[in-house]
Amino acid sequence: MALPADPRGWLAGQLDGPDAAMDRPWHSSAEGLRAIRLDQQDKDGKQAHVRPIITADAATAIDVLLTTDAPFRERLVWFWANHFTVSLRRGQVTALAHAYLREAIRPHVTGRFEDMLVAVMRHPAMLIYLDNAQSFGPNSNAGMRARRGLNENLARECLELHTVTPVSGYTQTDVTEFAKVLTGWSVRYDEEPPGYLFRVNAHELGSKTVMGQVYAGGEGEGMRALGWLAEQPSTYRNLATKLVRHFVADVPPPGAVARVERVLSQTKGNLKAAALEVVALPDAWTPLTKLRRPMDYVVGVLRALDLPQGRRPDLRGVFGMLGQPYMSAPLPNGWSDLAEDWAAPEALLRRIDWAYSIAGRAGDADPVAIADASLGELLPADTMSAIRRAGDRREALTLLLAAPEFQRR
Amino acid sequence: MTLIVSRRGALLGLGSAISLGGASLAVAAAPGEKRLVVVLLRGALDGLAAVAPYGDADFVGQRGVLAPVMPGQPGGLLDLGGFYGLHPALAGMHGLYQANELLVLHAIAGATRSRSHFEAQDNLEFGTPDHANGPRMTSGWHNRVATGLAPTSHAELAFAVGSVVPLMLRGPAPTGTWLPATATHPGTDLYARIAALHRPDAITGRAIRDGLRDRGFSEAVLAGAEAPRNTANSFPALAEAAGRLLADPKGPRIAALELGGWDTHAAQAPRLAGVLGQLDRGLIGLKTGLGVAWAQTVVLVMTEFGRTVRVNGTNGTDHGTAGVAFALGGAVAGGKVRATWPGLATPKLVDARDLAPTADLRALAKGVLGGHLGLGAAQLATIFPGSGDAAPMAGVLRG
Repeated sequence: MALPADPRGWLAGQLDGPDAAMDRPWHSSAEGLRAIRLDQQDKDGKQAHVRPIITADAATAIDVLLTTDAPFRERLVWFWANHFTVSLRRGQVTALAHAYLREAIRPHVTGRFEDMLVAVMRHPAMLIYLDNAQSFGPNSNAGMRARRGLNENLARECLELHTVTPVSGYTQTDVTEFAKVLTGWSVRYDEEPPGYLFRVNAHELGSKTVMGQVYAGGEGEGMRALGWLAEQPSTYRNLATKLVRHFVADVPPPGAVARVERVLSQTKGNLKAAALEVVALPDAWTPLTKLRRPMDYVVGVLRALDLPQGRRPDLRGVFGMLGQPYMSAPLPNGWSDLAEDWAAPEALLRRIDWAYSIAGRAGDADPVAIADASLGELLPADTMSAIRRAGDRREALTLLLAAPEFQRR
Repeated sequence: MTLIVSRRGALLGLGSAISLGGASLAVAAAPGEKRLVVVLLRGALDGLAAVAPYGDADFVGQRGVLAPVMPGQPGGLLDLGGFYGLHPALAGMHGLYQANELLVLHAIAGATRSRSHFEAQDNLEFGTPDHANGPRMTSGWHNRVATGLAPTSHAELAFAVGSVVPLMLRGPAPTGTWLPATATHPGTDLYARIAALHRPDAITGRAIRDGLRDRGFSEAVLAGAEAPRNTANSFPALAEAAGRLLADPKGPRIAALELGGWDTHAAQAPRLAGVLGQLDRGLIGLKTGLGVAWAQTVVLVMTEFGRTVRVNGTNGTDHGTAGVAFALGGAVAGGKVRATWPGLATPKLVDARDLAPTADLRALAKGVLGGHLGLGAAQLATIFPGSGDAAPMAGVLRG
């Protein structure tokens, strides 16, 4: 695939209208929650209901990555999914992770940050992943009856990672108070329709103060708190820094961060405007600055090779082998955007080995044509001549896919 | 989970040139046969679950449903002398304790009072009190240990097992990584051509050269021939492999291992039992791999902070302050629990919720670096800047 004639217009055009991938046949979170319930009833640990969901939805997600004609928009989807990480390391998330992308992330990638934040914080996947589904107001009816209490995990990560970050100066008391605000934001498994549920009996009544803002109780106070957090300058700084680090450079140029931050501030968190500002940054057009993460690398390779569906390997397994198990970040801060975290010797050798393995599946593809189409003039002469001089197609393709330029974007 | 071992060869080149001026080189001690391994438990181990102070009158009341079975009963704590008891999944470590090769340090914490995993891990690994607000370090403390050791005739210092180098080991002393080789890989000649394409690359060039060398494809091998090593990929297996590498007379002398799975906000009891078992088997595997070199080894096991004393609303614990650390090995004066016990009554807790720290992880590390590796005061101050109030802990080492 050669570069379009008007790259900027091509990228911007991807952000118009709804996300075409919304219409793929994803499982909903209600279906996921039903499957969790049915698997629990089976008591055999075989996950007969959840397993088909993750298998089908992951295959769909990977097919979207490989075939989309809006790859920039798709990168934004995965960027925001990583900003608001949920991880399959928490077992029940397995049934809900793609519903989470479909229901909480995709609709808002070109919308308002506050809407995405609210959708994320009320989604069963996040409520389960960061334990809020089981957080009880210590003085709530349900909390007293069940002798259960607060779990501050979601409240803490929302402040630390998703919104204002520690530079805003919040304290442990703010975390605890915010956790009380979020009590009752829970998940219904057992009754129809399964999904988000505000458990008024688990909600801590009474007034709370979070970062100086006073909340009087009830489900609406959480919405107000998220609305306030979404519009803080420290939140905009956080989002701008992460966007620039992801799309421009490991060490974000302060001027670039300031531009994106200004747009977020002026538009009250319009994520489409922020993405367009990233595209407008001169720094964003310097080629080959960012080392690809394993998933990004593998998708880049597969898009370059354009293998027919039957010859594609199991990419979920490949992501894991290369150090980025599919949707399974170890911690709520998600996958790193720094080259040094992905450039360890063994990690790079595994890419080379995998490149050799996938090159063996490429059949009679023409390595020089693929090199021209994927990197073209960005390939230096010595890489190109090594490809031309290779002993066979597989070696030539391995050299292309293992080359330093292919590790970057 | 990642496992890192440092390799000496790299230090002989770049590391020593960059970080060691003549002065510090002159006072640096030769590492000789001494080994140091750091095991970092990422996610915050609940110290009160790993080493329960069952003799504290407030313990059972504060722990609620997380209170363990008392020593002497089936599935009960493994007693450590009448006040503390080890989690029953730590049977191997209990054996080391009885052989006076395991020292338990309790109510211990890093320099930071942050309940953020990421801040606390950064500080623990960079070796600074407050990395975010300065001084900001560009290398991990364990890497600075590597640069602090004098070059010797050993072939290698910085050698790594795993796919990621933890911050703790990042810095001028280059650190390779190693994991079991995957099934198919290019032949020696194709490796050599790929390595040549990467040679000028600032990020990937050295990493690929180191990676190939660590798999047995040294510069010479890339022209000749030799077979790569192989092993299974579990923490105990990798720990045992690391032990074997450290045991090699010409092998590395310092190593870092990581094990995750400690962030037990919910359903702590069953989750912790599994991961503690892995840790226990891994430490025993390390000892097995080290063989006779175990006598010359200190292993430090630490985590970024402890967890809340009381159970939370979901039978788990939240981010806390002080916790537990372990020093083990043939060079350790073990068979003791070392703690100035602060008590578990609510008024004694930090913010009425966390075990109070009465010891500093940096003091423990400095005590080992000084006594075991022979690093002097000036080097310790470089490795842990701003740690003047954490004097090297005495009595950790044998003899």
